[in-house]
Amino acid sequence: MERKIQGLVLTPEQLKARRQRNIAIGLAIGCVALLFYAVTIAKLGPGVLNRPL
Amino acid sequence: MSLISENDFGVAENFHVSVASPSDYLALLKPRVMSLVIFTALTGLLIAPSHVNPVVGFASLLAIAIGAGASGALNMWYDADIDALMRRTQKRPIPAGRMHRDDALGFGLVLSVLSVMTLGIIANWLAAALLAFTIFFYVVVYTMWLKRSTPQNIVIGGAAGALPPIVGYAAATGEIGLASIALFAIIFVWTPPHFWALALVKSDEYGRAGIPMLPNVKGADRTRRDILLYALVLAPLGLVPWFMGITSLAYGIIASALGVVMLVFAARVFYIRTGPRVDRCAMQLFGFSILYLFLLFAVIAGERMLAMLVSILAG
Repeated sequence: MERKIQGLVLTPEQLKARRQRNIAIGLAIGCVALLFYAVTIAKLGPGVLNRPL
Repeated sequence: MSLISENDFGVAENFHVSVASPSDYLALLKPRVMSLVIFTALTGLLIAPSHVNPVVGFASLLAIAIGAGASGALNMWYDADIDALMRRTQKRPIPAGRMHRDDALGFGLVLSVLSVMTLGIIANWLAAALLAFTIFFYVVVYTMWLKRSTPQNIVIGGAAGALPPIVGYAAATGEIGLASIALFAIIFVWTPPHFWALALVKSDEYGRAGIPMLPNVKGADRTRRDILLYALVLAPLGLVPWFMGITSLAYGIIASALGVVMLVFAARVFYIRTGPRVDRCAMQLFGFSILYLFLLFAVIAGERMLAMLVSILAG
C-alpha cells in the first residue's frame, strides 16, 4: 500500500544549505580522524603496531 | 486506527529549518579573535623550556583555537539580543536571521567539550582544565555577568583573552610558568585601553544596546584618564619578558620603542578632547594597540623560532 507522508517540504535554499553543512561536517570529521591518527603516530612512534600479540 | 497520527508528521510550532551555511558557523567562531588566540598561544608554547613534538604542538594549538571559537559561539548565542542593536554586530548569523539561537548554543557546547577533551588527551589535563576555565570565564563571568552589569566588564573579562599563552605554555610543559604569566599580564593590561579607545567612538551604539562601557557610565574624560594610566603601566610591562631573560636585547629595544609610541597615542587621546580629531585619535590608538600586541608577540615568537632553527642546523 502506498503511503504518503505529508512532511515538511524544504525550499531550494534550505536544501542547498543542508547539503553544504553535510559536506562541511564530513570534511570536519575526516580532518579530526587524520589529526588523531597523526598525533597517535607522533606520540607512540611508527613502531606502535610492531609488538607481540 | 493508526498508531501514528497525521499530526506527528506535521511541523511543531517552534520547529525551524536552518538556512545557515558553513560560513555562518565559521562566523560564530569569531575567526579574527581565533587568529589572535592561536598567535598568543603559539608564543606561550614557544617560550616553554621543554621540546614539543611539532604534530602535538599543532594539534594542541588547534584544540585551543577551537575552544576559543566555541566560547565565541556561546557569546553570540547569549548576546543575540544586543548584537541586533549594534551596527558592528547586527550582521552576525543570529541577528541577521540566518541561524536559530539554539543551533549556536548546541554548536558552542559541542565544540567546548570536544576541544577540552582533545587537548587533555593530546597534551595534558592541566592545559585542558585551563582551556575549560578560559571558556567558562569568557562565557559565564564576562558575557553573562560582567558585560551587562559593570563598566569594569572588559578589565576583569580581559583575563579570558589573556589566558591563551598560559594554556599554550601548560600544553608544552604541564605547568604554569612565570614566563607565561608575564605574557598574560601584558595582554591583561593591554585589553582596557584597546577596547576603551573603540568605546569612545562607539559609545552611542553601546549605549543603545544598554552595555555599561566606561565612556557611557563614567564619561569620556574619565575614560581618557584611565586609558593613559593603563598605557603608563603597559609600556614598562612590555619589557618584562626581556628582564626575565626570555628574549634578547633586540626585543627590549623594540618593546621600548613600541611602548613609547603607545604612550604618545594614549596621551593624544587624553589631551585632544574637542574638534574633528577626537574620534580619529581614538581610532588611531585602537589600530596601533593591535599592531603593538602583534609586534611584541611576533618578536618573541620569531626569536624562539630562530633559536630552534639554529639549534637544528647546528645538529
